[in-house]
Amino acid sequence: MCHDEGVSAASPVELEPTLTPEGEANLASPWVTIVWNDPVNLMSYVSYVFQKYFGYSEKHAEKLMLEVHNDGRSIVSTGSREEMERDVQAMHEHGLWATMEKAE
Amino acid sequence: MSGFARHRRSRRVIATFTGFEADLLRSLAGQLVELLRNEAAVPDEHADPLEALFDFSGPTTEPEDPVLARLFPTAYVEDEEAAAEFRRYTEGGLRDGKSKAACRIIDDLEEAGLPDELTEDGLMIDVELVEADAETWMRSFTDIRLALATRLGVEDGDEARWQSLPDDDPRAQAHDIYEWVGYLQETLVAALTR
Repeated sequence: MCHDEGVSAASPVELEPTLTPEGEANLASPWVTIVWNDPVNLMSYVSYVFQKYFGYSEKHAEKLMLEVHNDGRSIVSTGSREEMERDVQAMHEHGLWATMEKAE
Repeated sequence: MSGFARHRRSRRVIATFTGFEADLLRSLAGQLVELLRNEAAVPDEHADPLEALFDFSGPTTEPEDPVLARLFPTAYVEDEEAAAEFRRYTEGGLRDGKSKAACRIIDDLEEAGLPDELTEDGLMIDVELVEADAETWMRSFTDIRLALATRLGVEDGDEARWQSLPDDDPRAQAHDIYEWVGYLQETLVAALTR
């Protein structure tokens, strides 16, 4: 099962950035990655992922993790649309429920 | 059963499983691989069959299976078009990565001595993982737990519901397995943090 290449593997691993409409200045309108609470992911695991992927300190990662846990969601990163698409993809890779939107 | 620990000198992440436990983990990982490869990551049907033959891009709509929908959430809540584009470029690669991670578990267990068919009583499987492989196991445990929890309908603060089920209820048994993988993952995170 694990060694028959074929059915799935085709899609590109690298994320092609979504085209940004012309004139939309990323700096003026940054995007955010939001991680949502779920009843499954362990608090220790979520904190580990925030430290490892984003390079956050243990303290900051814990703070974000507790926001997810207590408030139901937390903004875990801010940046250009392309950067946030990479972050959301990485969160999905780690099994976290993440979405992105324009910063308010 | 004591879960994972970090070996002091080699820095490897180690665990000892009974043959039964190792076989169960292999079976869970195998079911995940089946699911990830089953509902093919292909777009909706095309009107033009020739066009379909040349379309190698990924899917654009949320998977029907609730487990897959949870593993590959919609990235843009309020922008259907952007969500479809995001899915087209990411879902295939994510599926492949998750499937490879589950295969890593299966391969490592078999390399550690788990036979194709478990016949021998008293077999113990010693697993020793370098950090990168331990992280792969950790990520795949998340996928396995998400799959079990989605099938079971696990919610926050529902422990009493599972405890009230009779022991022979298959849901109680599946929930016990879910908790066990959670325990393994907790010890794995702790071992990696040390």
